[in-house]
Amino acid sequence: MSTTELPFPGLRGVPTNDEPQTRKEYTSDQEVRWCPGCGDYAVLAAVQGFMPELGLRRENVVFVSGIGCSSRFPYYLDTYGMHSIHGRAPAIATGLATAREDLSVWVVTGDGDALSIGGNHLIHAMRRNVNMKILLFNNRIYGLTKGQYSPTSEPGKVTKSTPAGSVDYPFNPVSLALGAEATFVARTIDSDRRHLTSVLSAAAAHRGTALVEIYQNCPIFNDGAFDAIKNRDTKADAIIPLEHGQPIRFGSDGQYGVVRDKDSGQVFSVEVADVHESDLMVHDAHATDPTTAFALSRLTDAGVLHRAPIGIFRQVERPTYDDQARAQIATAAQGQDDATAALGSLISGSDTWTVV
Amino acid sequence: MPKQVQQLDRVIIRFAGDSGDGMQLTGDRFTQESAAFGNDLSTLPNFPAEIRAPQGTLPGVSSFQVHFADHDILTPGDAPDVLVAMNPAALKANLADMKPGTAIIVDSHDFSARNLTKAGYVESPLENDTLADYALTALDLTGMTVAAVKEFGLSRKDAARAKNMFALGLLSWMYGRPTESTVSFLERRFAKAPDIRDANITAFRAGWNFGETTEAFAVQYEIKPAPMPAGTYRNITGNLALAYGLIAAGVQSGLPLFLGSYPITPASDILHELSKHKRFDVTTFQAEDEIAGVGAALGASFGGALGITTTSGPGLALKSETIGLGVMIELPLLVVDVQRGGPSTGLPTKTEQADLLQAMFGRNGESPVPIVAPQSPGDCFDAALEAARIAITYRTPVLLLSDGMLANGSEPWRIPELADLPTIDPAFATGPNHTTDAGDPDFWPYLRDRETLARPWAIPGTPGLEHRIGGLEKGDGHGNISYDPANHDFMVRTRQAKIDRIADSLPPLDVDDPDGEARVLVLGWGSTYGPIGAACRRVRKAGLSVAQTHVRHLNPFPKDLGEVLKRYDAVLVPEMNLGQLSLLLRAKYLVDVVGYNHVRGLPLKAAELAEAITDLIGTTGDDVQTVVDPVETTEKESVR
Repeated sequence: MSTTELPFPGLRGVPTNDEPQTRKEYTSDQEVRWCPGCGDYAVLAAVQGFMPELGLRRENVVFVSGIGCSSRFPYYLDTYGMHSIHGRAPAIATGLATAREDLSVWVVTGDGDALSIGGNHLIHAMRRNVNMKILLFNNRIYGLTKGQYSPTSEPGKVTKSTPAGSVDYPFNPVSLALGAEATFVARTIDSDRRHLTSVLSAAAAHRGTALVEIYQNCPIFNDGAFDAIKNRDTKADAIIPLEHGQPIRFGSDGQYGVVRDKDSGQVFSVEVADVHESDLMVHDAHATDPTTAFALSRLTDAGVLHRAPIGIFRQVERPTYDDQARAQIATAAQGQDDATAALGSLISGSDTWTVV
Repeated sequence: MPKQVQQLDRVIIRFAGDSGDGMQLTGDRFTQESAAFGNDLSTLPNFPAEIRAPQGTLPGVSSFQVHFADHDILTPGDAPDVLVAMNPAALKANLADMKPGTAIIVDSHDFSARNLTKAGYVESPLENDTLADYALTALDLTGMTVAAVKEFGLSRKDAARAKNMFALGLLSWMYGRPTESTVSFLERRFAKAPDIRDANITAFRAGWNFGETTEAFAVQYEIKPAPMPAGTYRNITGNLALAYGLIAAGVQSGLPLFLGSYPITPASDILHELSKHKRFDVTTFQAEDEIAGVGAALGASFGGALGITTTSGPGLALKSETIGLGVMIELPLLVVDVQRGGPSTGLPTKTEQADLLQAMFGRNGESPVPIVAPQSPGDCFDAALEAARIAITYRTPVLLLSDGMLANGSEPWRIPELADLPTIDPAFATGPNHTTDAGDPDFWPYLRDRETLARPWAIPGTPGLEHRIGGLEKGDGHGNISYDPANHDFMVRTRQAKIDRIADSLPPLDVDDPDGEARVLVLGWGSTYGPIGAACRRVRKAGLSVAQTHVRHLNPFPKDLGEVLKRYDAVLVPEMNLGQLSLLLRAKYLVDVVGYNHVRGLPLKAAELAEAITDLIGTTGDDVQTVVDPVETTEKESVR
């Protein structure tokens, strides 16, 4: 069976495996070396648990990473992998995904890797819509270099490099991705295995670039950054769940909702009691225009995190760069069988002369 | 009136005009006509970095020099015999290069008060004795062109634009060039604009007819075809030959090509050319920056394509870290640097050879990369194939150092027999290469070939060979991360040894020492091949002995290089930099080579270099014969 028959256009062209696979097959023999309590363990476990469900041939799966704690990820998966250089994973994956239709290409990166040193490659991969899945581990800190503020750290953050508090204004990765018109943009949380897995499945099924921001706790240098949305007592009021086709409502009793100002287009969270239920926004992840998804992304706190939308912001179809590039080559190659003869005629050109 | 026909053995013509006057096209057409006629030739385009500098000004002058002969020639020539100047600025910008007696043809129409002022002339050089030492012919080229194309009803501006074709027609008559190829070229080029097409063809023919009938020119010149080795020839520029060499590397290795590139002068033409040849399984990716260009190429190499990136000096600087990754993960990667004047943005449209040390050392850590340099425009084809051979065989990034002179210059190129091209075996890994302690088959990505020290190239999609590579130090054999001190020392030395072993596959140097008496060796690399060869001929013509050799592989060097250097009393190393190859030779072989260095953005001048060689010969030995000035007596290059 080929994956063209699967309900997963994102994996079209990638050969499948008829034998059931196990988590163990996706686990390499290398000792995992993240700090105890690191959120990366949870994501690794989710990925090792979820990859077998895709039913792909393991040798056709490739993980490419940059530099940073999370970028050690490929070493721990028994697939093909490349631990590359700081910020460049999306560029390297672009070449790989374009050269090989039969690979499922995943990029693992962090907030420093993807948004600081590699910001340019990230936005260009997303605008081109290259068929790759980007897992952006956002812990809002530099971990591997031992605790400097990152491009997602809150203003005023005191770190080793900002003893008087950071004066940098942070990126919102989801807003950035939507601004680059990424065709799949989602946010999930390291500690919510079920949500994480469902978002990764949707990303795998997407044809084109999928950007998944994963809130990930760094217990050493930024512990508690996501407490509001992880704490059992507060998370119901902190997480704004986005589900396609559903009214956007949250709170322990569903007492909050999201409405849109018809004049400014801005969206707000409100108490449902203060508005008509029919005024609540119904989430449309498939809207072609990214404007509403962007407005929703702005509900995320830029400072210390108290509230954030979680889920798939945008999931739309657009031709991918790599599919189109391959199609151009296939068209040009039609009817050509003898490359050597073609080479001979190419290098001869039209203006020649013969010396006897 | 019947014209006298005079035989010449060689002529150098420089077409000069405003950037918008079509001088590059004019020169290119004259070159094609000369190539079709069978002359040997060499060209030197020279144009400003600005696309359209202010019209009529000195910075806006663009020129094209073509040297054609009835014998084998090596350079575009030092000083032109003929200057065609389309305006006062073109005259002024080029006059300093003209020797007394040079024939100068100017378009008198453009010598208006306004244009004279723009060029900085207080009074017209046509009307005082500025040009007294030259053979000046002032013609109203614009006026004659406009009159000739009147029937097509073009605006005066459009009509006047055909004046370059009028000039081309005149020069084509003067040197008996065949005209068919230019007529058919114009028919193709302007197929969609019949009136422009007809006006250009008419202007071209009018120029020819004017030459035939005017009394201004009493002599027509004949330059017989040059004897060349049998074969089919075409004219080719270095960038085109390089692009074809890359395609040939794809065909000869059976690998798809993946070019990741960011536009940069003077390398962009390679991107343009390759993008036209998708049918050869060539993917061209115009990246967001230089770093992404090389990154995508390396990613494609990981996937089993031949990853290529093309750039110039500033771009190479940006690619350094990724090339270092390529050294560490040991995958094939071709990095083409078409060198230009530096540092920084430098002289984007001018030539230089000052990236050699960047190519050699421009990375962190001990990061050896093989370097290959072509020596002429046509040689770019073979050099590209050779660079691909090394990259694929040894699983390594390779730097191919072309330059602006090679990129845009052209020469007749004998089209190779396809059967003579080398085949390159990618030899992908297909199965396990190791057994675990428990007796299970296993794959070790860093288990090396004993002979080449190359590691296996196992591409995704190959079952059982799943592995991880990356920039962290690898353990010998198994390739897992290793921080072990002894292992690092071993791996650093092994990566160096792998590059050094490439020398086992290189031919010995070809040393040209016709009489075997030479005490001085001239050793060069890259595009200085032509000027060095021409200079050596002059020196020999004057009765002196000199040996010449040219180094194609800059890293590793050919195995006999040290021995060759020590054979001579003195070694002169001409370079378009401040002595970068000299530095490497001195460091590696402890030989006190003498540098000959110019960084003017232009090719070395054969006459000047001949003087330097002669001077150096004069300092060696005690039995130096009395020397006649080689420059005076051997203005003409002779057949070897």
